[in-house]
Amino acid sequence: MSAATTAVPAAADAATRKPPRPHRSDRRRQEARLGLMLCAPAILVLLAVVGYPILQAVWDSLFSYKLTNPDARRFVGLGNFSLILSDPIWWQALGVTVLITVVTVVVELVLGFALALVMNNALGTLRPALRTAILIPYAIITVVSAFAFRFMFDLTSGFVNSWLPFVPDDLDWFASFGTAVTVISISEIWKTTPFISLLLLSGLAQVPGELQEAAKVDGATWWQRMRRVTIPNMKAAIMVALLFRTLDAFRIFDNIFIMTNGAAGTESVSFLAYRQTIQRLEIGIGSAVSVLLTICVALIALVFVKGFKVNLAASTRAGR
Amino acid sequence: MSGRSKAWWWVGGLLIFLYCLFPVAWILSLSLKAPSDLDDGSFLPRSVSWQNYQLILTGDASDLFLPALRNSVGICLIATVIAVVLAALCAYAVARLDFPGKAFVLGLSLAVSMFPVISIVTPLFNIWRAIGLFDTWAGLVIPYLSITLPLSIWTLTAFFREIPWEMEQAAQVDGATTAQAFRKVIVPLAGPGVATTAIIAFFLAWNDFVYGISLTSTEAARPVPAALAFFTGASQFEEPTGAISAAAVIVTVPVVVLVLLFQRQIVAGLTQGAVKG
Repeated sequence: MSAATTAVPAAADAATRKPPRPHRSDRRRQEARLGLMLCAPAILVLLAVVGYPILQAVWDSLFSYKLTNPDARRFVGLGNFSLILSDPIWWQALGVTVLITVVTVVVELVLGFALALVMNNALGTLRPALRTAILIPYAIITVVSAFAFRFMFDLTSGFVNSWLPFVPDDLDWFASFGTAVTVISISEIWKTTPFISLLLLSGLAQVPGELQEAAKVDGATWWQRMRRVTIPNMKAAIMVALLFRTLDAFRIFDNIFIMTNGAAGTESVSFLAYRQTIQRLEIGIGSAVSVLLTICVALIALVFVKGFKVNLAASTRAGR
Repeated sequence: MSGRSKAWWWVGGLLIFLYCLFPVAWILSLSLKAPSDLDDGSFLPRSVSWQNYQLILTGDASDLFLPALRNSVGICLIATVIAVVLAALCAYAVARLDFPGKAFVLGLSLAVSMFPVISIVTPLFNIWRAIGLFDTWAGLVIPYLSITLPLSIWTLTAFFREIPWEMEQAAQVDGATTAQAFRKVIVPLAGPGVATTAIIAFFLAWNDFVYGISLTSTEAARPVPAALAFFTGASQFEEPTGAISAAAVIVTVPVVVLVLLFQRQIVAGLTQGAVKG
């Protein structure tokens, strides 16, 4: 904050300058220079910690390169990509990632909306208490949440099999694909729904009360008011929540690592990249998977921003 | 609102409490079970035992857990302080000054925050090994900035935009010096926003698992979430369920307390501006 002290006088002067004159005065130039100087450190750090590694990854992805045998490093062009894209392991990982993303985001949206409605309608002391409670899952480390659910469904320490009447007592949830993905999704949903519901709650607060009243007077049912008044008026909040959660769900890693370690066909794209690079030391292949994952994420963002016209300039970033 | 629908909203509220607390209560209960009761399959412990906590704080698992706790606290604090200082300068400029490239600053930080962490890990793993940053504090602080910095820029900008900066001039008109005006007017106004941003940023770093597990290999720098995955039982046939649960409770409690203390500001920080579009 100390540097902000020196910035204050110039900025205070700038504030008196309004409205802006059409030509660029000295003062205006000075202000622009100060602004750039203040932003420069943060921007340079961002470019260094993210931009440089990405370029390095793109470069590495063009080589056949294994850390255990660095001398055999050779240029293969797009060879790694054709290798990955013709391998069923990649398509399996992509399919798992898409499946988990779609399932968790849809459930989270519906559940988050229900939670937001309850919080919005709760009265008196209940409302702040609920808003506090809902932050608890958000404050739990993802790995801890993953362990909590793993131990819950575990054959030896868990209680779920004995609580659920329609489940055989010896069902090993993590042994087969369907049940394993279910538990992974439950943990993911539990941890991140509160974030969605808080975004939707602030969206609900923006719906004009007069519109609701008018619809009520006109005899609209609860469901009609929901569909024609509430939801259209909070479209922006819904889309922003969807975008953030979709991108976040698409890089799922922690829950899978803790619960199955990629077994039973539950490997996600992030997990595949991790396994290639860190465990198998295949820098070339791992980099290529990373680049493909980045392209997927960029495509999703593009679809949301262009296709659904999400106004990101008016949105904010929040926790994972 | 009629009495009946009121009652239903209360039921809904209670369900939310149950939803939020259930897994937390379960891990707490597991951590308090005696080792012989860990596999009894009941939700609540038969009797309260502190053996799991002894195991990780003074017993066999302590040389795995305590260094990890120290690493996590140290690395996350450093990454948070750097991010908040850099972001404060940047957010001040974006919120108050008029200069070209504002949209670029916000756009870049948004893009970075959406970036898949694993894509940065792959090249870093190789670079860090080459230049000796692998398994060091600095080797985690630097990549953690990719998590904490974009969020801090974004959240602080939202907070700074709400500050009535004219009050500073008003104080100067009333005879305060620049330093006084800053200390007595701006710091109290900006303080809560900065504190909230720091908590959210710290929490994101605290939550990291991908960097922690990929860029460390020993207790020298391994943070808690990664260390949890390396816990082993008393014998190789025994699951370290109790130790993991106790460690999970220890790393969860402080963060939950912090979040609950600052809950109003954190909700504002998480959602600010999100629906103005």
